[in-house]
Amino acid sequence: MMKSGVAAMSALAALWLTAAPVEAKDKVKVGFIGPLTGGVSVNGLGGRNSADLAVKLRNADAKAKYEYELVVLDDACTPNVAVQVATKMSADKEIIAAATHYCSSTAIATVDVYHKFGLPVVVWGAVLPDITYRNKYAEIHRVNGTMINQNDANAELISKIGYKTVAVIHDTTDYGKGHNQYFSAALAKLGGKIVGTFGVTADQQDFTAELTQIKSLNPEVIYFGGLTPIGVRIRSQMDKLGIKAVFDGTSGIVSDAFIQGLGPLAEGVLAFREGAPTEKLPGGKFFMDNYTAQKYDNPPEAYGAFAYAAMALILDSIEKVGPDRKKVIDEMAKVKDRDSIVGKITFDDHGQNTVPVITKYVIQDGKFVEWDDSEYASGKRKLPGQK
Amino acid sequence: MDAGLLAQYVMNGLMLGMMYALVAVGFTLFFGVLDIIKFSHGDVLTVGAFTALATYVGLRSAGVGSSPVILLIMLVVAIFAMAALGMLIARALVLPLRSAPALNTLLITLMLGTVLRESVRLFYPQGANPKPFPALLPSVSVNFGNFNLRLDNALMLTAGMLVIVGLQLLLNRTKLGLAIRAVAQDEETARTMGVNFTAIVLITFAIGSGLAAFAGIMNGLYYNEINFGMGLYLGVIGFAAAIIGGLGSIYGAILGGFLFAALQTIGTVALPFASAYKDVFAFAVVIIFMAWRPTGLIQEKISERV
Repeated sequence: MMKSGVAAMSALAALWLTAAPVEAKDKVKVGFIGPLTGGVSVNGLGGRNSADLAVKLRNADAKAKYEYELVVLDDACTPNVAVQVATKMSADKEIIAAATHYCSSTAIATVDVYHKFGLPVVVWGAVLPDITYRNKYAEIHRVNGTMINQNDANAELISKIGYKTVAVIHDTTDYGKGHNQYFSAALAKLGGKIVGTFGVTADQQDFTAELTQIKSLNPEVIYFGGLTPIGVRIRSQMDKLGIKAVFDGTSGIVSDAFIQGLGPLAEGVLAFREGAPTEKLPGGKFFMDNYTAQKYDNPPEAYGAFAYAAMALILDSIEKVGPDRKKVIDEMAKVKDRDSIVGKITFDDHGQNTVPVITKYVIQDGKFVEWDDSEYASGKRKLPGQK
Repeated sequence: MDAGLLAQYVMNGLMLGMMYALVAVGFTLFFGVLDIIKFSHGDVLTVGAFTALATYVGLRSAGVGSSPVILLIMLVVAIFAMAALGMLIARALVLPLRSAPALNTLLITLMLGTVLRESVRLFYPQGANPKPFPALLPSVSVNFGNFNLRLDNALMLTAGMLVIVGLQLLLNRTKLGLAIRAVAQDEETARTMGVNFTAIVLITFAIGSGLAAFAGIMNGLYYNEINFGMGLYLGVIGFAAAIIGGLGSIYGAILGGFLFAALQTIGTVALPFASAYKDVFAFAVVIIFMAWRPTGLIQEKISERV
């Protein structure tokens, strides 16, 4: 038995040797982690396909020095699962770099793992600032923007329209508190005034007491840092109390459920999101054409293009310095004004892309319309108090 | 603070208090006849509100255009459906556990509440999202300075008061009410006097659950939005209100409901710290009340428990 086993093995090895093409490229493994199961799996699958597309296009390129293999793991958008898969990926020394995480909770939970094992990663979807800014880990990078960028854009827009006074309502989770913090800072820089800040619980039903107080403060804008369900309640209770202020939301309300929950009351609500509709990105058409050609089961979703850009950046770096984690980290630190399908990428000293795309929305006729294309921007319609 | 603003806070508090009171009355009724805590009460409210919404959608697609007619049919359908659901819960889950410890009933209804809540989320079309609830009452409003008095709010308050007065009359002036009170005071004696115990329990559950449906519709009309999780929070508050008022006492439940709403409003408006702590404040005061009056502000008349 033993002998025949060995014979079979050597025969196989011989076969493999002869079958291999003469000018075979070295194989290099790269990783992808995202939520492939669970409630947000559509985003994870879209990201996975997009990263896969980047690898396929590179492998089809005759000029590429290496042949790449994509290793995909599922973090289920759950921090404890994420730490396990991140450890598994980091411990595999053949994997040179990875595009990781859509969910903020998983991305923040795993940064220490990547740092400990020295695996260079590029975050492709999570927005929590702390992921890049809490530590100064050379391994961690991010191609998409953070809620800081989003709130800068938000404060800038309402200042530009001419609003000066804002009341803030935020939920008391990390998400809502983060939004409050960054928005208040951004608005203060532009000379706006926060007339009152109200923390609310994420499952609160009644906001009439807070809103009555806000009514007496008479702000031009009510900024809301939180998610769709209580956003719907606050907007509809504002109307009940006769408050005419503009409702200014965050990425947390950019969903069809917000419009369905409010009907006509949703009109004129502002919202902001990191990223842009894929077709509006600099390389959006190129990306969509290639994505469609691959006939994936799922659409790329909002962050697919970022997953593609993250993976393309990783492959570029490996092409340049070779399959070595340390050299890739050094190379990534030098990324500046690099062209990509999501626009130029420049990493700051924390590995955060500093020129991310933010999309400004206003709800017009039951749809999220980009501000610059809207009738509010052109002056055809007016928000309450807009000059 | 100017008078208009104060009036607005009082109005907000009254609306909130009315909804809490209606839920608390249900808790107190169930406790009165069976000495049990039925934790699925808040979720029955949710199912009631969604039943009303489904009825609305059905009537609209059937071409019924008149708002008062629609609202009336919604109320009738939701109240009777929830009354039936309440009876079913009593028959299938609560009565069979009569001889088991009261804790078992509490647990089984807690689990039933989760089943009801998740069923709404999963089986109502797109039930996980907040649903707009139609504004069927006239939305005329008068402004007195900072006070915005809306006709629909006034109508809802009046309707709520009429329901509570009606319940009071039912309990104190009718034979059925006498039977319910008899069972609440002493089950065995009531039985020997020829009161049909099972029937009275079922009717009490029907009344309590019908009230929950009414409160659910009121909630929908007031906020113009309902969601699958609304009953959980209302249930906890209704329960707390019934406890501070004194479980088993109708007046206590009503008092408790309005008191809790007042505490929340004060917690938001008058206290120096952030409004996020209003529930911490309100529930902390409930704890103090319970330490001070363990049997509630208004005690059950007969608290002889051997």
